[in-house]
Amino acid sequence: MKIPEEYRFSKDHEWARDEGDGTVTVGISHHAQDALGDIVFVELPAVGDEVEREQEFGVVESVKTVSDLYAPVSGEVVAINEELEDAPELVNDSPYEGGWIVKIAMSAPGELEELMDAEGYDEFLSGGD
Amino acid sequence: MSDQKRFRPEERVSQGLKFEEPLIFERSRPGKCGFVLGKADWDVEPVDEVAALGDLYREEAAELPEVTEPEVVRHFTRLSQWNYSIDTGLYPLGSCTMKYNPKVNEAMARLPGFARLHPYAPDEWCQGALELLYELERLLCAVSGLPACSLQPAAGAQGELTGLMCIRAYHEARGDSERTKIIVPDSAHGTNPASAAFNGFSVVELPSGPDGTVSPEAVAAAMDETVAGLMITNPNTMGIFEKEIQEICQIVHDGGGKVYMDGANMNAILGKARPGDFGIDVMHFNVHKTFSTPHGGGGPGGGPICVGADLEPFLPVPRIEKVEGKESPRYSRVYDQHPQTLGKVKAFFGNFLVYVRAYTYLREYGSDLPKVSERAVLNANYVRARLGETYHVAYPGRCMHEVVFDDSSYKGLGVSTLDVAKRLIDYGFHPPTTYFPLNVEGALMVEPTETESLQEVKDFIAAMEAIHEEAEANPEFLHEAPKSAFRVRLDETRAARKPVLTYRQFRDS
Repeated sequence: MKIPEEYRFSKDHEWARDEGDGTVTVGISHHAQDALGDIVFVELPAVGDEVEREQEFGVVESVKTVSDLYAPVSGEVVAINEELEDAPELVNDSPYEGGWIVKIAMSAPGELEELMDAEGYDEFLSGGD
Repeated sequence: MSDQKRFRPEERVSQGLKFEEPLIFERSRPGKCGFVLGKADWDVEPVDEVAALGDLYREEAAELPEVTEPEVVRHFTRLSQWNYSIDTGLYPLGSCTMKYNPKVNEAMARLPGFARLHPYAPDEWCQGALELLYELERLLCAVSGLPACSLQPAAGAQGELTGLMCIRAYHEARGDSERTKIIVPDSAHGTNPASAAFNGFSVVELPSGPDGTVSPEAVAAAMDETVAGLMITNPNTMGIFEKEIQEICQIVHDGGGKVYMDGANMNAILGKARPGDFGIDVMHFNVHKTFSTPHGGGGPGGGPICVGADLEPFLPVPRIEKVEGKESPRYSRVYDQHPQTLGKVKAFFGNFLVYVRAYTYLREYGSDLPKVSERAVLNANYVRARLGETYHVAYPGRCMHEVVFDDSSYKGLGVSTLDVAKRLIDYGFHPPTTYFPLNVEGALMVEPTETESLQEVKDFIAAMEAIHEEAEANPEFLHEAPKSAFRVRLDETRAARKPVLTYRQFRDS
């Protein structure tokens, strides 16, 4: 799957998409969902929760393993993808669109620029982690 | 028989009778029952059930299956025949130490003096049982190199919890309440961070180095006056001995912390290295792994902990004490002479009959105990060396009692670790641990244990080699494995997303 150009990526394989209004939408990359295998449960934070960059904000559980979700940027959770409660497979089927996980209102917008761009993430993946 | 004869995996596969079996509820028909009491024979007044039970009387019958006694027996016997156990064959499940459980252990646990003992029996009626527990504590202390032991924790994870409670109590007793963190390497079993969190600690994750071990530099960088301790598994989850363990423990001690060791992998170092000697303050044993008590469907287990002198005052009560008498020693359960104790963590004294088995095992080996580890490590390294010619070993160099392969030798063929594991079932072996440890891609973790003969280990290797040849010749074939199992690929995803856990759910779905 092609890595979307306008997305930014963390080394923990979360993506952030700038919505242009001080918020970002956050999910996990195609590579991450592929490595995890079929996702069976996503534990979401609550709207209003404060999250900190590189700190866990949720949990994703697949048939193979359970992994923490790490926030790519700091801020406040302003929306969660409630569809994931009944259909966690959206993360597998559409990691960059329908499988988004949370929206965060950034408290330090500069952090977004510190994430990898699509090209950088592609290199990061081919270099292995 | 000649050792030269090539193992033909297909010879292992049996095609005996396989009995389908419905749910026991589906066998139910109204009015069927196990046995009937002849009412005419009773010489007693009928009881008024409604009056006798009062509020407890239920208006509607419970929805229990109505079946005959032979139907119940056959139902569970048939289900048991679907099972695979260590008595069926090799069970190379890495990190679980699925060794053979000697039958003599069972004979000892069934001695009426042990099996029929009531936990409320006074001390003077159960001197033999108390002596066994006391002596087992001494044996575990000898193996761990630590001075004190509690047999109370019900299993490994509760041992972790209890050990960390001792560490917390130790810091609190010193008036140090600033230590709120526990350092855990990223390769640890999930129970380690869970036990720390359950104890109210926050977890600091420590990345493992390129060789799969923990580096003293990383520990030093994470260590400060807010760290209560470090949890480490040695040998670690990759089956590698942490060679810098002494220095690591020293760093934690210098920083005022304590070191907890997960004893899951003790099978590799029995009588070879003692945790107390390399700096560990508290550890647990998994007696079902190391000392051959059964892995029984979630229980009962046994997770005794051994601690250093600093932590001993906090051990759970009752403690068992021995007082020399005129003719023979007297053993007693002591509750009230340990004011700093955590109290009880488990009813009575842990799972007593499990400890009868562990004690029997230890006494059977006696001073030969180190041979357990020698053979376990030899078997694992034999697998590593022979299978390493076909599969890719995740971390080069000698391993301890288990070896981890990654998926790089077959991933490019379009074959997954799951496919390899499923195909192994066709060859009559239980699959190894898969996709764990998490820091190895497509991990396949093999632990043959010391109880397998060279011939059995060779047969396993031949089966694994045959699977690799199949992967190269026809990857599609492996996606459909197993061919001969009673149940083939279950829909694990649907089972997890939409679980049906009760008959009512099943009936209504």
